[in-house]
Amino acid sequence: MAEAHILLDGVRKSFGSKHVLNGVKLAVPKGHSLVVIGGSGTGKSVMLKCILGILQPDSGTIRVAGENVVGLSGKARDDYLQRFGMLFQGAALFDSLPVWENVAFGLIQGRNMARAKARDIAIEKLGQVGLGPEVGQLYPAELSGGMQKRVGLARAIAADPEIIFFDEPTTGLDPIMADVINNLIVDCVKRLGATTISITHDMASARKIADDIAMIFRGEIIWQGPAKTIDASGNPYVDQFIHGRAEGPIQMDVLKP
Amino acid sequence: MNILAHIGRAVLTLMQEVGSVALFLKDGLLQGLTPKIYVRQILDQMLKIGYFSLPVVGLTAFFTGGALALQIYLGSSRFNAESLVASIVALGITRELGPVLAGLMVAGRVGASIAAELGTMRVTEQIDALVTLATNPFKYLVGPRIIAAVVTLPILVAIGDTIGIMGGYIVGTRSLGFNSYAYLRNTADFLELDDVTSGLIKAAVFGFIIAVMGCYHGFNSKGGAAGVGRATTNAVVSAAILILAANFALTSLLFSE
Repeated sequence: MAEAHILLDGVRKSFGSKHVLNGVKLAVPKGHSLVVIGGSGTGKSVMLKCILGILQPDSGTIRVAGENVVGLSGKARDDYLQRFGMLFQGAALFDSLPVWENVAFGLIQGRNMARAKARDIAIEKLGQVGLGPEVGQLYPAELSGGMQKRVGLARAIAADPEIIFFDEPTTGLDPIMADVINNLIVDCVKRLGATTISITHDMASARKIADDIAMIFRGEIIWQGPAKTIDASGNPYVDQFIHGRAEGPIQMDVLKP
Repeated sequence: MNILAHIGRAVLTLMQEVGSVALFLKDGLLQGLTPKIYVRQILDQMLKIGYFSLPVVGLTAFFTGGALALQIYLGSSRFNAESLVASIVALGITRELGPVLAGLMVAGRVGASIAAELGTMRVTEQIDALVTLATNPFKYLVGPRIIAAVVTLPILVAIGDTIGIMGGYIVGTRSLGFNSYAYLRNTADFLELDDVTSGLIKAAVFGFIIAVMGCYHGFNSKGGAAGVGRATTNAVVSAAILILAANFALTSLLFSE
């Protein structure tokens, strides 16, 4: 079997005395959708930032399409990042630019595409996430949270990336809008055939968009398997998390009244 | 012992800050001022930093020139040296007050807005989003601001010098009874090219300080709205102090020639 598209082995990252990632081991086959679940502060976002090179892991290997990607710089790093799209938790739209320029940003700045052509693609991508061309003229501050997420999604898929990361795509949305976003993610990913990693603690979203699910706890992947098998994982940590129980092996640092 | 511990901690904090500014400066210069150059961003920043600071700098210079004329008239009339007013106003404005006051005003106006803008971009993950769109934030955000400030501050100061001398001229001819022709003759005869260029060199250095401090504090802000507020304050205060210190250093340097 060919090597997985994204492969992490023994990835460690500490901030001072705080060990956030303790040897993360993860493999995502090409075209698969992996959802990483886990509580707040368990290292989910740090893991994505390590893969993107925004943070440098202290040790361990990260390989994408068979190539080591830790410590890339200059042109090699730019080329590497061209293969990614990312939807941020708060959408992270550039509020000084109109919506269409947000969506077209990677095409214009990263790939030097002519503005007129990039604009046409941006309008097309906005259409794919259910937003009309008139939205392109607005500024991000004029949009609702759900619309901002959709623009963020359009920006993530604008350059037809081979890998897409979703950082808590449904957090802060009402259940209906959350499901709309889930559907859009499934549609967009299928259309592009991209490999994706999503991090979330919304189980409804995880079940909808995942091929595989992995659970991260204290900076380690403690369980990974097909999404269908998560209810029969036999792992007490996973069971506690997916049923959202306060009692179980995962103890929150909450002082009892 | 407690006092020693306090002093030690303060010194360590200061050293750490100096070190991280130096590292930021390295990235800002090596990455920010090398290709790829974002011409559109540079022009946009020149407009924001330079053009929109014109009213503030112009008004400051005008009133300072007027007040300077009054003060010098008061001082010099005590030993019948009123004829010096025009030349000392010109000298004081071009060599000292023009660049320093413009620098301080722009530090308050532009340094604060750079820190607030980049700080908000940092805490809302817009800077990370830039990276995932294969755009180096040092090239896209920091470089253009440094270039724009270094280029526009001397222009602002040149205009401010003119307006300041005009302020002195108006006060001199309207309320101090100077002959208009004699006042201008005095100014023109006495002023040397060096007086003006030394002020413009200072202005360029001040522009550099303002942009670097604004970008540094904005880039490193964390912790939401309070963090952005702190970054803004620190950017203005540190820029103002560095401007005054650099002014002294430059004056002694340019003076000794």
